Amino acid sequence: MSNPLLKIRNLHLSMHSFDGKAHVLNGINLEVKRNEIWGLVGETGCGKSLTGLSVSGLVSSPPAEYHGGEILFDGEDLLGCHEQRLLALRGNKIGMIFQDPTTNLNPVFTIGTQLVDVALAAGASDPQVLGLTVGASGRARRRAARALAGDMLDKVGIPNARARLDDYPHQFSGGMRQRVLIAMALIGRPDLLIADEPTTALDVSVQAQILDLLRQMVDEFRMGVILITHNLGVVAQTCSHVAVMYAGNVVESGPVRRVLEQPAHPYTRALMRAIPTRDVKRGALFGLAGSVPNLLSPPTGCRFAPRCALASPACHSALPADREVAPDHKVACVHVSAMKETSYA
Amino acid sequence: MSEPSKQVSPMGVAADPMEDIAVESARRLAWRRAVFRFRQSSLSMLGLAMVLAVLFVAVFGSALAPFPEHIAGGVDTGNRFMPPSLAHPFGTNELGQDVLSLVMAGTRVSVLAGLGIVLIATVLGTVIGAVAGFFGGWLDEVLMRISDLQLTIPGLIFAMAVAAALGAGLFNMVIAISLGWWPGFARLVRGEVLAKREETFVVAAYAIGAHPLRILFRHILPNIISPVIVKMSLDIGFAILTVASLGFVGIGVRPPTPEWGTLLSISRSYMPDFWWTAVFPGLAMFFAIFGFNLLGDGLRDVLDPRARR
Amino acid sequence: MLRFIIRRIIMLIPVLFGLTVMMFIIARLLPGDPVALAAGPNATHEEIAALAAEFGMDQPMIVQYWTYASGLLQGDFGVSIFTRRPVLTDILTYLPATLELVFAAMALSIALGIPLGLMTAVYRNRWPDYLARVLALASISMPRFFLGLLLQLCFAMWLMTFPLGGRFPIIYEYPPFVTGFLTLDALIAGDLESFWLACRHLALPAIAMSLSPLATIMRMMRASTIEVLQHDYVTTARAVGLSQRRIVFKYVAKNAVSATLTVIGLYFGWLLGGTVLVETVFDWPGLGLYATQAIVAQDFMPVIGVALVIGLLFVLSNLVIDVLYGVINPKVRYA
Repeated sequence: MSNPLLKIRNLHLSMHSFDGKAHVLNGINLEVKRNEIWGLVGETGCGKSLTGLSVSGLVSSPPAEYHGGEILFDGEDLLGCHEQRLLALRGNKIGMIFQDPTTNLNPVFTIGTQLVDVALAAGASDPQVLGLTVGASGRARRRAARALAGDMLDKVGIPNARARLDDYPHQFSGGMRQRVLIAMALIGRPDLLIADEPTTALDVSVQAQILDLLRQMVDEFRMGVILITHNLGVVAQTCSHVAVMYAGNVVESGPVRRVLEQPAHPYTRALMRAIPTRDVKRGALFGLAGSVPNLLSPPTGCRFAPRCALASPACHSALPADREVAPDHKVACVHVSAMKETSYA
Repeated sequence: MSEPSKQVSPMGVAADPMEDIAVESARRLAWRRAVFRFRQSSLSMLGLAMVLAVLFVAVFGSALAPFPEHIAGGVDTGNRFMPPSLAHPFGTNELGQDVLSLVMAGTRVSVLAGLGIVLIATVLGTVIGAVAGFFGGWLDEVLMRISDLQLTIPGLIFAMAVAAALGAGLFNMVIAISLGWWPGFARLVRGEVLAKREETFVVAAYAIGAHPLRILFRHILPNIISPVIVKMSLDIGFAILTVASLGFVGIGVRPPTPEWGTLLSISRSYMPDFWWTAVFPGLAMFFAIFGFNLLGDGLRDVLDPRARR
Repeated sequence: MLRFIIRRIIMLIPVLFGLTVMMFIIARLLPGDPVALAAGPNATHEEIAALAAEFGMDQPMIVQYWTYASGLLQGDFGVSIFTRRPVLTDILTYLPATLELVFAAMALSIALGIPLGLMTAVYRNRWPDYLARVLALASISMPRFFLGLLLQLCFAMWLMTFPLGGRFPIIYEYPPFVTGFLTLDALIAGDLESFWLACRHLALPAIAMSLSPLATIMRMMRASTIEVLQHDYVTTARAVGLSQRRIVFKYVAKNAVSATLTVIGLYFGWLLGGTVLVETVFDWPGLGLYATQAIVAQDFMPVIGVALVIGLLFVLSNLVIDVLYGVINPKVRYA
């Protein structure tokens, strides 16, 4: 078994806000290897985006404060890293794509300018990106960066790529802009790609194309991917693994087929039941009662307990530890062994 | 100014139980919250203190001045150009007059003129802007074109020309400056009225058959008062500056009425040897304008949600 | 774009027409008897009447306006009843001095205001930011003429490092006229000594004039930078590995400048109309001093002429700003 590319261990993060300190990440554990696509799912506000931003070192503190845990990338702890080192990692080792392609490109620069700058920044940390030796002249670097930008656009499926380098973002459609952003994230050949809801803002048909493109890019670049989404359909379609988050905890994780076919955590099971299928009769769709707990004063113990049908006194006393119920399939629930006996037909 | 939103606001906690009482008390609560935020900002408080000091001197300055006879134009030729000392903290001028007394008396002229200009401009601009925005149509078109033209004419030259033609005197100067000052208020009020005209509570007032003028005065104008107050407070400093500018170029108040700009303009021919005759009136000017600007800036942070950053 | 510019220039015509009508009406409505003032204190009624007839001031206002407006169309701005010199000639003599001063002050305030605004936004709510914001407000509160006097006192009278006033030493000859800007003309003539002299004369008045626009541009730039910094594309730029310096000074700056442009345009007009004060302090032979003399004499043709020229320059500067706005922001369409 190869070493994990990314290993997040027991990550704790608080946010200082007007009303006090919110404990938003409460001991996250996650391991991503090359060629794995991890789906990170959960409701809005469960901390999935913050987990992604933490890996990129883009959470500004204040207002955020890390207390405990580590984020190991290729064995290097990112939380202890100097900003200078993070800068070299971003783009070159860790790429990132965001939700809304209409707001993530700078409107007043051509996409060529933006791609070339990213390529140059990546080339400054790792000359191989541009295919040049260390001492190459500025002009040669510029030319190589522009060529690379054109190649990348072509690779992400933009027709007539080289000519479109001089176009401004508003001259592209939403799906095309997301392709440009993918090109921008991949131009430095990162080992890890964090995609934060990359298809949420797109049409369904375009969604599928973008997800295809992502899978294709993973195959080509042998990346590890964290795909943040709240759509289990996207996870089932695209990911090799899935981690389910609830209120700052990863409650269940494992290979995607295993978790989706045999969900063990009550929350995951509730999520699965909330997906409409062809068999569900009108009005019979299951909705989860209650709402996400207030993280300013989170419940002690299992954070899902207040909404859980199976909750017992043990649930309220302490945070449940991860249990491996099958190879690589981990669940954080005290009822997990009990549940294995009951069938979920 | 400090970042009020970052503070844990005790007002915010107190707000909840009161929320469903009358609208009137909600408005009062908003004011109390604004006062709270304003007091959090030390610079705004400094501005307020400076303004209060200026106003105090404006009211009582002539009475408290060490040499009241100099204010009326009395001279003391035996004591010409005395440098700052205990008896004359700001020194004396070419007529032997105590500069401190003149500066204190000048405060009243400047503050009165500044307040007068802003008040006249506010009333004029609010009426014109409200009429233009509320009734629209050709009236709006005509009034706004006039105000555009007025904004194109260089304000200082306009004020100078009108003041020169009207003749010297504080009142004439105030009129001359106000005549060019209203378009800013008119545009502000017109924009706000246009925005408020579409709101549900105005439509509702129409629906129950309220008279248009009643709607304008009772429903719309009270709701746009805070941007107007913000602009007024920001403008007072500039009005004082304009008054002093006219005095400085020799148009406006004539000696012996002590006015800061005039004092400065006369005494600049005695620089550099008798620098105090020019520097202290100038500093007084700066102090007053700075105070009003600090206050206005703080008020804007508190009252204008769009500017809160 | 060319069509946009031409259309805007055509739209200028009614503005200028309105401006002349308004100035004319105001000039005539005001009390005071300019003719009597021009004729001198000892003039008889007959002399005054003759002078009024000579300048057509005995005609009805409509006729006077017609004469003025038709002259204006032929480039005739009228004649001063005081000096009897054509207004246009005088304006063309004094305008370059004022423009040179205004351009120098604007250049100074843009060159310093924009980077300062960027920096204070980046250091938002830390001490450099607080300090810069207090200083900016103080600068706006500082009367230009008082600042000018203080600069004169320090650098011209006590330290004697800069000249007290004027555009150029009286005993020297101006460099040959090309642009009317002494600094540029000296450079064109290759006369470095004159260039240096012109710069030294320009320095203090330009600084006195630039402080308040500098502070305003800084404040505007700070506010728009803070807004731009919250945009998604800034996070993206960081996420793909661009350095903070590149992000702020290239990507954020261009977006923030486009919001600041409007302020710059407004200030240009404001400075043009406000040179009077600084010109008075530094004896700068520009439009402001010319206008002041005319105003004191209630000589209205020059006053209307100056107001017209400044109004025109103000509207033109707004046009330039609009064009620049389109250059910076590719989404803006000229329609």
